[in-house]
Amino acid sequence: MTTKTIRAEYLKGLWDENPVLRQLLGLCPTLAVTGTVITGLAMGLATTFVLILSSLVVSSIKKLIPAQVRIATYIVVIASFVTIADQFLKAFFYPISEALGPYVPLIVVNCIILGRQEAFSSRNSIGRSLIDALGMSTGFLLALLVLSSIREILGAGTFLGYQVMGPWFKPWIIMILPAGAFITLGILLGIALKIESKTKRS
Amino acid sequence: MELVAIFISAVLVQNFVLYYFLGICPFLGVSKKIDSALSMGLAVTFVMSITAVVSWLINNLILIPYDLGYLQIVSFILVIASLVQLVEMFIRKISPPLYQALGIYLPLITTNCAIMGLALIAALNGYSFVETVIFGFGSGIGFTLAIVLMAGIREQLDLSDVPEPLKGAGIALIVAGIMALAFNGFIGMLT
Repeated sequence: MTTKTIRAEYLKGLWDENPVLRQLLGLCPTLAVTGTVITGLAMGLATTFVLILSSLVVSSIKKLIPAQVRIATYIVVIASFVTIADQFLKAFFYPISEALGPYVPLIVVNCIILGRQEAFSSRNSIGRSLIDALGMSTGFLLALLVLSSIREILGAGTFLGYQVMGPWFKPWIIMILPAGAFITLGILLGIALKIESKTKRS
Repeated sequence: MELVAIFISAVLVQNFVLYYFLGICPFLGVSKKIDSALSMGLAVTFVMSITAVVSWLINNLILIPYDLGYLQIVSFILVIASLVQLVEMFIRKISPPLYQALGIYLPLITTNCAIMGLALIAALNGYSFVETVIFGFGSGIGFTLAIVLMAGIREQLDLSDVPEPLKGAGIALIVAGIMALAFNGFIGMLT
């Protein structure tokens, strides 16, 4: 295994191995909660919380987990933290919890989190796993923010609930519908690949 | 009548893939050929129907009476993981070719958010036992319908001239968007 600098370990999650745009992981929540910026942000932060703490726990007990039941162990660890996040949102941010609906408990099956445990935390030191988790969740958060900003600005003419478009602007209803999520993400993936192939060539 | 409405809604209107955005990974991953898409759809339908039954029993016979609602996430995911394991062993014994065809995606049904989503949404909607069974089966059929249609379109897409950066997932998502728009038209059926 190549040893990367801490900086590179963090930065790889932002672009080179961005979970959404490059690895196509965690697409379900990405599409589902990006109708408005605030729900996208809440989902990104909740996922960050779960990913960082799960990586911390998994990387600290990695030697104790028998290989045959490792996936089940990861899932229980992840599910515990998701439960904490879910209860926390219900207690302190009830409207957001309502808006996110079943998608908060569904963080448990977000492939980014399980993927990082299997591919990274289970074979790296605690510090390195933390940095990796931070980088990946920042990458996820960034992708959610870009997608939800585009959808909220074009779909409602607002950003975080504030009016940003003039009265001349007619909201594109399609951007709030499921169809808008699919099409916007498809175009974003295309743009990401285009940028990647440009930078590779130069 | 109520049951028919739940079934139609699960298949067409609130389609798991195109309305709830659940099960996107297999939807994009296994939709290159119609027959593998069909077997994936059937595997998901099978697992969904069983999950609906088991999760309803757990929720209504254990979690609610003993006030253990906070254990919902952990218990649902464990039940689903063991169910998928069981189905996997079953298919490997009964039909090795099908097992080969499903490949990596069968164990991945565990982390298929559609299955977990089904258990959660059924619990959230407070469906009765029969309603839950219909909902689970209908959702599976809806998933199958979406993934098979997608595979059909993608087989055609292979022959067309797609811009280089959009090849693969990009164009698949755009096609899914257009499909979601078409399915949107079914909303009128229930109102």
